[in-house]
Amino acid sequence: MTATLEIRNLHARVQGEERPILRGVDLTINPGEIHALMGPNGSGKSTLANVLMGNPVYEVTEGEVRFNGEDLLAMEPDERSRAGVFLAFQYPVSIPGVTLANFLRQAINARLKAVNPESKGISIPEFRRLLRAKMDMFSMDHSFAGRYLNEGFSGGEKKRAEILQMATLEPTLAILDETDSGLDIDALRIVSDGVNKVMEKQVEPPLGVLVITHYQRLLNYIKPHFVHVLYEGRIVESGGPELALKLEESGYAMVREKFDAAVVAE
Amino acid sequence: MLANAIRTRGAVGPTYTVEDVKALSERNDEPQWLRDFRLNAWDTYESIPMPSRTDEDWRRTDIRGVPWAAAGQLVEAGDVSVQIVPQDTRQPLVGGAEGGTLVFVDGKVVEYRADNALSARGVIFTDLASAAKSHPDLVQKHLMADAVMPTDGKFAALHAALWTHGFFLYVPRRVKVEGPFHVVFYNRTPGTTLGHVLVVLEDDAQATVQVEYASASSDDPSMFFGATELLVGARANLRYVSLQNWNRTTTEFTHQRGRVGAEATLDWVFGVMGCDLLKDYINLDADGRGANGRISGFFFADKEQVFDLDTQQNHNAPLTATDLLFKGAARDSARTVWQGMIKSLPKMQKIDGYQANRNLLLSDDARMDGIPGLEIEADDVKCSHAATFGTLEEAPIHYLMSRGIPRNQAELMVIDGFFDELLQRVPFEQVRERLQAEIEAKIVGR
Repeated sequence: MTATLEIRNLHARVQGEERPILRGVDLTINPGEIHALMGPNGSGKSTLANVLMGNPVYEVTEGEVRFNGEDLLAMEPDERSRAGVFLAFQYPVSIPGVTLANFLRQAINARLKAVNPESKGISIPEFRRLLRAKMDMFSMDHSFAGRYLNEGFSGGEKKRAEILQMATLEPTLAILDETDSGLDIDALRIVSDGVNKVMEKQVEPPLGVLVITHYQRLLNYIKPHFVHVLYEGRIVESGGPELALKLEESGYAMVREKFDAAVVAE
Repeated sequence: MLANAIRTRGAVGPTYTVEDVKALSERNDEPQWLRDFRLNAWDTYESIPMPSRTDEDWRRTDIRGVPWAAAGQLVEAGDVSVQIVPQDTRQPLVGGAEGGTLVFVDGKVVEYRADNALSARGVIFTDLASAAKSHPDLVQKHLMADAVMPTDGKFAALHAALWTHGFFLYVPRRVKVEGPFHVVFYNRTPGTTLGHVLVVLEDDAQATVQVEYASASSDDPSMFFGATELLVGARANLRYVSLQNWNRTTTEFTHQRGRVGAEATLDWVFGVMGCDLLKDYINLDADGRGANGRISGFFFADKEQVFDLDTQQNHNAPLTATDLLFKGAARDSARTVWQGMIKSLPKMQKIDGYQANRNLLLSDDARMDGIPGLEIEADDVKCSHAATFGTLEEAPIHYLMSRGIPRNQAELMVIDGFFDELLQRVPFEQVRERLQAEIEAKIVGR
């Protein structure tokens, strides 16, 4: 079986800066697996998410990433998306003048056109039905469709809109970058329910998930098979769900103590 | 390229003569008052020196290269018909429910429809030359007497003396017209035209007007001198949309003024896509207590286009509100200027004036200026202004790409989005779609 995502010795930094942020990340996600990536601020979690999506702010200096066996780093961000990668952004940007509905329709049509250049795209009534059904999944008011993308959305609305996009675009790898941050408990439940529904629905191939979070809280709702700790740009510890609980109890001090010595020695 | 070549030679100013004025009056068999009006305006024209870059409002736009002589021949319409006008420009706005339609080609009326039921209620909608004969009192009373004055500038005076065509819309007291009036100024023959707009809404009247300026592409230069006069009576309500898409060898000089009476509303949308060089004065006068005026402007300059827009919001009564938003984009080596001013007469308390200019710079060689200004002589006021400049940001484009949308399409969406707020203020779906297509054509460089 081909892994959904295979990251080997990944090094990356901000474009034009010397200091490396990722310093040799290794991670494999198989179809249907949920992996949680935890770690203190500045450890490189969001950088990893953004590098996987191809954000031009970052530059890969070493290593490789295979997505369903293909060279992910050689693809443009739009190609990665159409191949099945989805990133729920930590800070989704607002795009004035572009409605959520128009945006999602264009995203669907871009997929259809990539497969068949002659495609006329999804019909408006069909799209409307699809979007309504997906919005209902996340208890979103239908008026959301006519609003400008993320413009004036509350924190919770932005995160819900990200998950709505995920449910509509049906990826095979979903990366959730601190999707829980800024959510109250109700919003957290709606968002994680949404992720779980998408997982249930997505059977062939099963959805692989990378959940990036600071807190154990989200992992009560999205139950990971594996938990990894990223520290100073490297995965320093991996385990099962119990690792998240351990971190919750003792904090990252434990990780720091254990690994700072090693980093200094290097 | 052509525009540049022309700009380097030729006359230093307009080449029209008083004989042109007389010939025009003769050809149209004009009433004496109008002949006198034109000749007086000609005297005014001759008394005003040519603008130069030492004048504050001409400082940023060089008109020395304007092809005065080459474009100086007044256009005489030959055998023209409405079929010359592109279908999408002349198609009905609301599927036949218009209050009236008037289409000019080279200054000649090629299509004219007016709703009889409206005529019965006293609404006048006709071309200006006819109106000057059929309704001389009304036309004489308002034509360049209340809003744009011949003394407003060299080209306002020239326009007064030499206007070639235009339309007159008059809506009597308490008459509310639902269907829009649609007017198309289309030119096929290169040369000079001077088009006039005179809209008079009496107290408590209501109307919507859509005006389009366009011309067939040509290698030969053209000139257009325009004047727009919008007179909105007390508690009246005028929605006015004008779109300019001249060919790329046209130079335009225009004066526009809307006057808004007590408790009245003027909602003015203004779009510029075409021409080679444009200098446009756009004035909004809130004259009556509680008057409310909004101007929404959008422009997109590419290649070597030059747009110089000069706006003024005048608060001439207390409790007046004006709101101006101009959004523009420029690419290639285009040049745009927006210069805005909010003024108040002394002691006009409780006024609310706002002006904002948002500029999107799409190439390193393009240049955009935005110069807001306030001259307020009262203390209990709310006035503010803003001018911003930005380039196409990577973050929103990356966001769209991360959902599978290719880069060129993502860029198109972001630029479209920039203009969307203003396009939404155009009340006609098919016009919005056409504008969107024109914006997209500019983005992809067609």
